[in-house]
Amino acid sequence: MNKRALESRTLVISVVFVLMAVIFIIRLFYVQVLNDKYKLDADNNSKRNITEYPARGLIYDRNGKLLVYNEAAYDLMILPRQVPEDLDTNSLCKLLRISKDHFIKKIEKAKAFSYYKSSIFEREFSSEEYARIQEQLYKYPGFFVQTRTLRNYPEGTAAHVMGYISEVNTAVIEKNPYYKPGDYIGKSGIEQSYEEELRGKRGLRVVMVDVFNREKGKFAEGIYDSTAVSGNDLELTIDADLQKYGEQLMQNKKGSIVAIEPTTGEVLALVSAPGYDPNLLVGRERSNNYALLNQDELKPLFNRALMAKYPPGSTFKSINALIGLQEGVITPSTKFSCNNGYNSGRFHMGCHSHPSPVDLKYSIQTSCNSYYSNVFRTIVDHYKKTETGYSKWRNYVLSFGLGTKTGIDLPNELNGFVPNIDYYDRYYRKGGWSSLTIVSLAIGQGELGFTPLQMANMATTIANRGYYITPHIVKKVGNKRVEVIDTSIYRHETGIAPKHYEEVVEAMYDVVEKGTGTSARIDSIQVCGKTGTVQNPHGEDHSTFIAFAPKDNPQIALSVYVENGVWGSRWAAPMAGLLIEKYLKGKVKREDIEIRMLEGNLIEIPKKP
Amino acid sequence: MRNSTSIFYNLDWFTIFLYLILVFAGWLNIYAAVYNEEFQSIFDASQQYGKQLLWIGTSIVLGIIILFIDERFYNTFAYVIYSVVIFLLVLVLLIGAETKGATSWFAIGGFKIQPSEFAKFATNIAVAKYLSTLNIKISDLKTKIVAAILIFTPAVLILAQNDTGSALVYGSFILVLYREGLSGNFLVIGVATAFLFVMALIMRNEIFIFPFDIQLDGTILLIILVGLVCALLWYLNRKSKQLLVIMIAVFIASAGLIKSVDYIFNSVLEPHQSKRINVMLGLESDPKGAGYNVNQSLIAIGSGGISGKGFLEGTQTKYDFVPEQSTDFIFCTIGEEWGFLGSLVIIILFITLLLRIMYLTTRQRSDFARIYGYGVACILFFHFTINIGMTIGLAPVIGIPLPFFSYGGSSLWGFSILLFVFLKLDSDRMKVL
Repeated sequence: MNKRALESRTLVISVVFVLMAVIFIIRLFYVQVLNDKYKLDADNNSKRNITEYPARGLIYDRNGKLLVYNEAAYDLMILPRQVPEDLDTNSLCKLLRISKDHFIKKIEKAKAFSYYKSSIFEREFSSEEYARIQEQLYKYPGFFVQTRTLRNYPEGTAAHVMGYISEVNTAVIEKNPYYKPGDYIGKSGIEQSYEEELRGKRGLRVVMVDVFNREKGKFAEGIYDSTAVSGNDLELTIDADLQKYGEQLMQNKKGSIVAIEPTTGEVLALVSAPGYDPNLLVGRERSNNYALLNQDELKPLFNRALMAKYPPGSTFKSINALIGLQEGVITPSTKFSCNNGYNSGRFHMGCHSHPSPVDLKYSIQTSCNSYYSNVFRTIVDHYKKTETGYSKWRNYVLSFGLGTKTGIDLPNELNGFVPNIDYYDRYYRKGGWSSLTIVSLAIGQGELGFTPLQMANMATTIANRGYYITPHIVKKVGNKRVEVIDTSIYRHETGIAPKHYEEVVEAMYDVVEKGTGTSARIDSIQVCGKTGTVQNPHGEDHSTFIAFAPKDNPQIALSVYVENGVWGSRWAAPMAGLLIEKYLKGKVKREDIEIRMLEGNLIEIPKKP
Repeated sequence: MRNSTSIFYNLDWFTIFLYLILVFAGWLNIYAAVYNEEFQSIFDASQQYGKQLLWIGTSIVLGIIILFIDERFYNTFAYVIYSVVIFLLVLVLLIGAETKGATSWFAIGGFKIQPSEFAKFATNIAVAKYLSTLNIKISDLKTKIVAAILIFTPAVLILAQNDTGSALVYGSFILVLYREGLSGNFLVIGVATAFLFVMALIMRNEIFIFPFDIQLDGTILLIILVGLVCALLWYLNRKSKQLLVIMIAVFIASAGLIKSVDYIFNSVLEPHQSKRINVMLGLESDPKGAGYNVNQSLIAIGSGGISGKGFLEGTQTKYDFVPEQSTDFIFCTIGEEWGFLGSLVIIILFITLLLRIMYLTTRQRSDFARIYGYGVACILFFHFTINIGMTIGLAPVIGIPLPFFSYGGSSLWGFSILLFVFLKLDSDRMKVL
């Protein structure tokens, strides 16, 4: 080859150099200038939005007793990138007390989520478990612990009132932009209805992290940061001691107790039995326990106080007496005769044996069916048309807060049921029904269905001689009284004159002093009450009692409803007496009754743990 | 010579200038790459940037010493130097320290010396000496064999150290040989072989479906295509019997190569090497494993934008998302903190240096100096191409340093010696008769 040809190869090589540089420059232009993907990836790598979780508000009872607080719990986190290939899986499974299958499943899940970002491996270890695990954890790179808070219920009471919190589901996240996956939200009880007050405000820190996820300082000097604001504490109207006592009385029984302070509408106790320990729905065993409770035949999760529709039975007679007096169809001295029941044509409604004829006072004291059949029919029939009379009667009933939601500040309250004209027109055909057809309403039977809360509210209204305040369960939010914030709390009037109430109140005092409710009698307190024995086509009759005390300055009104308790005087009345004594005196003296109530078992099958 | 007393007379100061810019730019970027709040002083000798300053200082001293040594020393002692380095390469296999799977270091006191970084210089000087010997013609088979032995001996020894990247550098001598008269066919064969290898890799797991229900797997299809090309080339010159023989040979060799790709890929290459090649070819996406380095490197460079995030503001490199960010992936720091403009400047600086060296070769009177110059340019070019190509996803991840930039004493010394010897030869070009 000649020299010149070889010299031209110097040029060839130089051209190759330049070509390579041009290729690099084009590629760099594409990667750095044209393509934005890498800038986003860089942010993903090195910027972290760290949520600062505010402490959820604490909950106290009306006497300042702590009912709910936050307890530290520990989530075991995993960073798959740092988990070594030769991890001692067996010993780690032993340490965490999980099975190997479970372990492998969790590892796969974490890897599928991200190899470089940490995720929760096992959630919500308690402090004791954490102490045990932490000692050994250094042996397992890639695993670390993150704290969070869990609810804890030191009194273990009022589970239905408290409700519970759990992780938000996707439906909530889509509807409400505040929530992000992994957040907790109140799912029932006051946790749900006061969610926004309790949750506080989340804070955010934007930080820079290195490849090991170690914080390296604030992003942009913290201009995007915000601090977390703790949730408001709540003070409940509940009296924890009374609540607990009610729950004890109702153990091994089905039913409900609701107690209200008449002058304020404050709910003092709201018991649904069977209940459960609210601590069961917290922590690692939450879902297992929830499933068990959900499958339990006795439906412990079902809040009977707000959701069960029971016929009020004879307790409702007081209301019919009041309506009759207001409508002027009876006076306190009006008498009806009763011959072991009420007869009209071929219709017969039984009654127990008692002296006859009976006036208003005695009719309540002895709970005479015949008397109220007459009263009810007269109320309805003294108008020209049955429909007019009936709707007049119905409006009185509704004015007691019966058959519609009371508006209590708890979720899932049901209406109850007082049939309207349409209902009977559909059931019997238009014009095909009369006061006699529906006469069982006179004694609180038939289609009537009230929640225990409504029945307590009924007692409250009588105690107040004609009005009630919207029942509520929260007394203070933060430092503010709830009446100031909540416009739905106001005084509801019945439109029945107070003097009529005095008649009924006196009669109800006689019920306890010398009538069907003597088992609720307390020597030092004037107790007024009314028993009810509710016919139950599915089993033993239900035992119910409404009461308030003291007679002239009522401080507590309540309803007790014991399913399958047979007679109002057998279970409900003595329990009501004990509760009143407990609340007003602070101590129960009549221990023989107390023991009988506590030991009573109306549930044949043994209670599940 | 009028002024033979001054060693700086006739020195190519432009190259020196480029060298100093690259070295100090490298130092700043090492500082930025390993920067942390604890050790803020750029002179802190416990940190890489402090040490690198030490390497830079000693490199400049080394350069000055080289300039003081008589230029005839290098020609005369070329084979001695070569032999010593080969001895060291053998020795390091026997008593060397092992880091990251490669046995390529001598641990002397607190420092580590990597003889393979000096072997490039030694090989270059030996090849230049051999090819510049009178009556040596590259067209002779014997010359080719001797040159090949000179080049491949250190390459094989370095391969035995498990340092594949450094071994591949010796491939750059093919350009030197080409310049000295090696047939262009060798380059063509080299490029064609690489092309076929890559095509075979891409196609080997594919099934192609043609009309009439003909299914061909990729390997067979590729062999058929090569056959068609060979037949076509022969058909255009169908009178030449020689070409027919050549084409048949080419076809058989190609078919053999294509068929053996599986074997080479699965049995000869280490699994991590196969994986890196697959990732680069886009056959495998594995951003968490083998592709992690490249992906993080691209993120760092790509997030730099046009003008970069600014000195010490590169989150990807500073917070260790990019692996080996002070050595093999130093270019990421440039790309992230100085952006496209900074990268452009660095690439232009490198190419200017390479073209300057090529230009300097043309004024050499001695073949030894001229050929040595080609070697310098080609070695630097190979490092430049593979290193930057790797960080921007154009080359497989092969761990070799970016000359003058990457952290490391041995490599900076090695490249400085390589360059300064050429500068010495160049400054004394007039002495050659």
